Amino acid sequence: MSTSRKQIILGAYVGGVNHHTVWSDPQAGSQIDFSTFKHVAQTAERGRFDFFFLAEGLALRERLGLIFDQDVVGRPDTLPVLSALAAVTEHLGLIGTVNATFNEPYELARQLSTLDHLSGGRAGWNVVTSFDAFTGANFRRGGFLDRKDRYTRAGEFLAAARELWDSWAVDAVAADRDTGVFLRDAKAGRFAFTGEQFDISGRFATPRSPQGRPVILQAGVSPQGRDFAAGGADAIFSPYHRLDEAQAFYRDIQARADRLGRPSGSVKLLPHASFVLGDSEADAAERHRDITRRQIGGRTAQILLETVWNRDLSGYDPDGPLPDVDPDPDGPPLAQGRARIAEDAHRRVAEWRALAEAAKYSLRDLAIHVFGRTEFVGTPAHVAERIDTFVQQDGSDGFIVGSHLTPTGLDEFVDKVVPLLQERGSLRAEYTGGTLRENLGIAPVEEVGADARVA
Amino acid sequence: MTTPNTPDPLHLAVALDGAGWHPAAWREPDARPTELFTARYWTDLVAEAEAGLLDFVTIEDALALQSTRFEGTDTRTDQVRGRLDAVLIASRVAPLTEHIGLIPTATVTHTEPFHVSKAIATLDFVSLGRAGWRAQVSRPAENAHFGRREHVPFTVEDLDRPDVAAAVAESFAEAQDFVEVVRRLWDSWEDDAEIRDAATDRFIDRGKLHYIDFVGPRFRVRGPSIVPRPPQGQPLVTVLAHATLPYRLGARAADVVYVTPRDHDDARAIVTEIRAEQRAAGRESETVHVFADLVVLLDESTAAARDRKARLDALDGAEYAGDALVFTGTAADLADTLQDWQRAGLTGFRLRPAALPHDLHAVTRDLVPELQRRGAFRTGYEAGSLRARLGLPRPDSRYATPTAAAS
Repeated sequence: MSTSRKQIILGAYVGGVNHHTVWSDPQAGSQIDFSTFKHVAQTAERGRFDFFFLAEGLALRERLGLIFDQDVVGRPDTLPVLSALAAVTEHLGLIGTVNATFNEPYELARQLSTLDHLSGGRAGWNVVTSFDAFTGANFRRGGFLDRKDRYTRAGEFLAAARELWDSWAVDAVAADRDTGVFLRDAKAGRFAFTGEQFDISGRFATPRSPQGRPVILQAGVSPQGRDFAAGGADAIFSPYHRLDEAQAFYRDIQARADRLGRPSGSVKLLPHASFVLGDSEADAAERHRDITRRQIGGRTAQILLETVWNRDLSGYDPDGPLPDVDPDPDGPPLAQGRARIAEDAHRRVAEWRALAEAAKYSLRDLAIHVFGRTEFVGTPAHVAERIDTFVQQDGSDGFIVGSHLTPTGLDEFVDKVVPLLQERGSLRAEYTGGTLRENLGIAPVEEVGADARVA
Repeated sequence: MTTPNTPDPLHLAVALDGAGWHPAAWREPDARPTELFTARYWTDLVAEAEAGLLDFVTIEDALALQSTRFEGTDTRTDQVRGRLDAVLIASRVAPLTEHIGLIPTATVTHTEPFHVSKAIATLDFVSLGRAGWRAQVSRPAENAHFGRREHVPFTVEDLDRPDVAAAVAESFAEAQDFVEVVRRLWDSWEDDAEIRDAATDRFIDRGKLHYIDFVGPRFRVRGPSIVPRPPQGQPLVTVLAHATLPYRLGARAADVVYVTPRDHDDARAIVTEIRAEQRAAGRESETVHVFADLVVLLDESTAAARDRKARLDALDGAEYAGDALVFTGTAADLADTLQDWQRAGLTGFRLRPAALPHDLHAVTRDLVPELQRRGAFRTGYEAGSLRARLGLPRPDSRYATPTAAAS
């Protein structure tokens, strides 16, 4: 194995609440039973993946005031599933998405520390924020957060959580039955944090966990988001899949991290990736066409275009031309609980009209072209080669891989692509690290000793 | 069917906390004080309880560090300090056990009912129908950890002060609302809401998902849950109660109420009060279990148990006395007491092992066989959910309407 090769980081996700998951496939299984999550996690571990990843959404999506019923609806609570998965895996990292807006640091920091304890150092947290009153309607404080304050909230939340995680020295628990000393430090867990969002103090109730702190993931593309992630995250979702764009993002994040005084390579970049394999390129392309058309049926095509139009497009024939009405970006939101494309809707529609005219696309063809997102289509050898090249050329440090088919879709990736990545010397054949941090190749958290904490 | 000669089977649970309920338990030779924050420790304890065919385990928790002081932290370094999140311990243990009920503690004062509801529902999914929840009101000292409530300091002695009494009543009113929201969210998906109807392109029948639209003085929650209806429909709700307000909360909102009688007559009086509250709440047709909590030190002889307690008390520097009666004696003596108290109207017991694993082993290996010999305890698990074990039917969602006749 060449030591100069970058080791590819692989995460696995379970397809969820969006049109990518083809629930109507005869082989599609439960989206909620634990057996589904167990299967995907154990498959990922068999493939020597670094981690298993769970997304989150705190309100069911709506369209025109009705619960959206067309995609998968419903999911389990993130942290209990990850804790249960710790019982049926040994090495796999367990990264959960948890919202910083509708949680409080004391409670969530404890839960994440607990997950790290109970998994022997395999916990990670994907930090997200939301600011919409729609989600807030499920929580005590409602939609309390202004959009402009969301990074303040997230930044302070992370800082407060770090204060809590660091509040127990690594050697604070002596548990020496002969001397009767359980705690070495009578003030173990003492903390105080004051900011715009939080004013908290007291003693934290959970001793330091194996990793000290969980691994932190973030997303962020805006300049503010990039700085935030480069400053505080161990890994960042990259939205870029074209090599030149991805490399530019990679360099930009590394430069920002560098300016913030972080060691080189301390922030990992990870795009999401789906795949379709075939025995030949033509076979893969055919399978891909079929899967994409099942992901984006006529109704789904209308709904995907609505994310830009912000108008009810259900009256437009999916096999006909694009809607002839103008978008209504300033109208009340047609859909709730899903991302709206925030850029200039009029310009976007004009581009799509030009594209549809040139390529003779129907409404549905255009939706498939724009939203039919499968990053890797080809033979296993071709897909392995492209993944490896992308990583070796610093488009990213790895990928978070998932399938349109729950729960067995990942199996063929592990059976067919993983061995080729291992042959290339770019993916471990066996786990070597004990913690998620070690497997990801990121530095351990600096240990805080009891002496350092005595004020 | 029972006759006067065959006693009603009783329900038996254990309450797990740290190294046991005696503050010096961690110093016992068989204690595992360096492993209290590991998965293996908890898995071993719950597996032992399952080997003893117990109904369920509860797992203690709080959003504060343990303390000898009600009103805040202390500076002691000679007792166990630190806990893991109980819901996540229960989730971690669930895939490695098969029958035993798992009832973690989660507080209601600073947490979100939406989060607690989906966490316990998910525990019910990962345990295939064995989840419950012990709802707990926070102590005022926890307020500073969240910084969103006025801190009205008080001690146990102040509970009769009018402003303190009002604050406590407010906490229990909030608890009742909290349980109501959690339960509504569990019902917010009907059981057959997921239809996967490819012909009409619908994953769910949205008519079977319901907004709960709870509006109360402390929070409003719209719903529906993001988690489908859990396997039991309604996982078990349990509360610990020492006085009228919490008895009332239990009678109105819970499936199991843990109480702390001092003797047979006290047990009878408490059961009578809870049953009256249950009738007042219009729940007389429902099963509400009343379990007595007992801290147990069990040995071959009463003298040995007393000696052990004296030794532990000496190590801690104080005579241990908690909210529940401390029983020191043999398993046979304890069986006598449980059966005597059962005749006072209790339906089960939550035993708090004073020292782990010693007193847990005494429960599973001595007490349980003793009760089995008397025909008072199960000799094997039957298939079924935790609710079924406790004689609770699986309720339909409160939002389900009888199916209208087609056409």
